[in-house]
Amino acid sequence: MVKFSKITISNKLLRYAPILLLFISVLNEFDFNYLELKYFSFNFPFVLIFYWSLKKAESLGYGFIFIAGLINDVVVGFPMGISSLAYLFICGSAAYFRNIILNPTLVKDWMFFLATILVVNTMLYSILILFFSFSLDYNNLIVNLIFTFLIYIICANLFQIYQKLVFGSQNV
Amino acid sequence: MDTASRDDFVIAIRSAFLKKGNKQRFSLIFLIFLSLIFLFLGKINFEPINQVKIVIREVVYRSSFIVSVPENYLKKTYQNIQSHFVIYNDYFEIKSEIEKLNSQKTVDQFIIEENKRLKKIIDDYVAESDEVVAKIIIDKDSPFLRSLIVNKGSKNNIKLGMAVLDKNYLIGKVVEVNYLTSRVLLLSDLNSKIPVIVEPGSFQSILSGTGKNHGTLQYLKDNYLIEGKSTVYTSGAGGLFKAGIPIGKIEKNELKEENKVNFFSDFSQLRFVKIKSFKKEENN
Repeated sequence: MVKFSKITISNKLLRYAPILLLFISVLNEFDFNYLELKYFSFNFPFVLIFYWSLKKAESLGYGFIFIAGLINDVVVGFPMGISSLAYLFICGSAAYFRNIILNPTLVKDWMFFLATILVVNTMLYSILILFFSFSLDYNNLIVNLIFTFLIYIICANLFQIYQKLVFGSQNV
Repeated sequence: MDTASRDDFVIAIRSAFLKKGNKQRFSLIFLIFLSLIFLFLGKINFEPINQVKIVIREVVYRSSFIVSVPENYLKKTYQNIQSHFVIYNDYFEIKSEIEKLNSQKTVDQFIIEENKRLKKIIDDYVAESDEVVAKIIIDKDSPFLRSLIVNKGSKNNIKLGMAVLDKNYLIGKVVEVNYLTSRVLLLSDLNSKIPVIVEPGSFQSILSGTGKNHGTLQYLKDNYLIEGKSTVYTSGAGGLFKAGIPIGKIEKNELKEENKVNFFSDFSQLRFVKIKSFKKEENN
C-alpha cells in the first residue's frame, strides 16, 4: 500500500514536471548570466511552453501559464501582464500549428517556433517601448532570440526523451 | 480553393484561441484579455491593481529567493573558483596599495574636516539619514533590466529615490518600495540617468546606463577636454543625492568618441548594500 502511494506521488510529480519546471524557471530565471558570457542569453520559458503546448497541451494548464507570466513580470521588473500575454500567444500559436500540421517533424516545429518567437518578441518589445517607454538594447534582443531558437532543438530532443519515458511512446 | 483554405485557417485559429482545450479550465482568448486588462490597469495606475501587485511582489520575491538557492550556490562556487586563480597575484598588489593608502589617509582626514566646514557655509547637502543595511535577495543580472531586490521596504523607512551604496560608492537608487522588499535600479541600467560631475575639470554631465557593465556620459560638449582616468562623482543637482559620492573612472574611447565610465563597484558581486537619503542640514 505504502509502495503504491509512493509510486503514485512520484508518477504525479513526473507528470507535472513541465509545469514545475516552468515555475522554477520564471522564479529563478536561469539563463547562466553569471557566466558573464557577453553574447549569451535565452528565454527558456518560451521553449518550454511552445514544446509542451504543441506536444501535450494538457500538461501545462493555460491558467498556470498565465500565473507564470505574472511571476516572470514581477521577477524581471516588466509591467504586469506582458509576459502572460507573450506566453499565451505562444500557446495559441502552438495550438494553431497542431491543428494545421498533418505530419509533424522536429524541424518543422523548430521553424514554426522561430516564426512564433519573432512575432511574440516583436509584440512584446513594441508594447514595452511604445506604451511603457522602456529603453532596450536591440543587440541583446537579437542575441536572446537567436539563442532561444538554437536551444529549442536541444531542449525539444531532451523533452521528447522525457515524454517517451513518462507518458509513453504513443503520446510522442 | 481559396475560400476553402481561408475557412481552414479560420477554423484552426478559432479552435486554438476560442475553444477550451482538453483538461483546460480557461480558453486562451479569455486569459489574453485578462493579461491586457492587467496591462491597461497597470498603465493607468489603478489603485486596487497596485495593491494586488505589492502582495504578489512580496510573495514572488521571497519564493524566488528560495528557488534561487541552488543556482546561487553554483554561482558562488563558480566565482570562488575564479577568484582563487588570481588571489596570489592580487596579494602583492594589494599589500603595496594598502601602504600607499595608509599614508594618504592622514592627509585625507584633514581635507574631509575642512570640506564639511566649507559645505556648511555654502548650505550644501551634508546631513545623511541613518543608513539601512539591506541584503540582496534577487540579483538576476538580466540583459534587459539591471536591477536587484533587497530585503528592506517601507517597514524600514525605505522611500522612493533613496541612494543605494556599496561601501562608499553609489550603485543605484530605489525605484519600487513594497512593505518588506524594494527594487533598486542599478546605474548600469539603460533607464538610469544621474547628474554627475567629472573631476578634474568640474564638468557637469549626465551618467547614463548602457545595459552592460559600464555607464556613459551624455550631454557633454565636444570641446570639453576630459582626461582619461578622470573620476565621476554625483553632482548633487536635482537634490536627490548629495554632491561628491564617487561612482567610477572614465575610460576614453577615441574611436567611438564616447566617455565610458567604469564603475568602482562590481555590480555582480553585491551581497549587502547601504540605503541612505540626504537632506539639507539646518545652519545654526
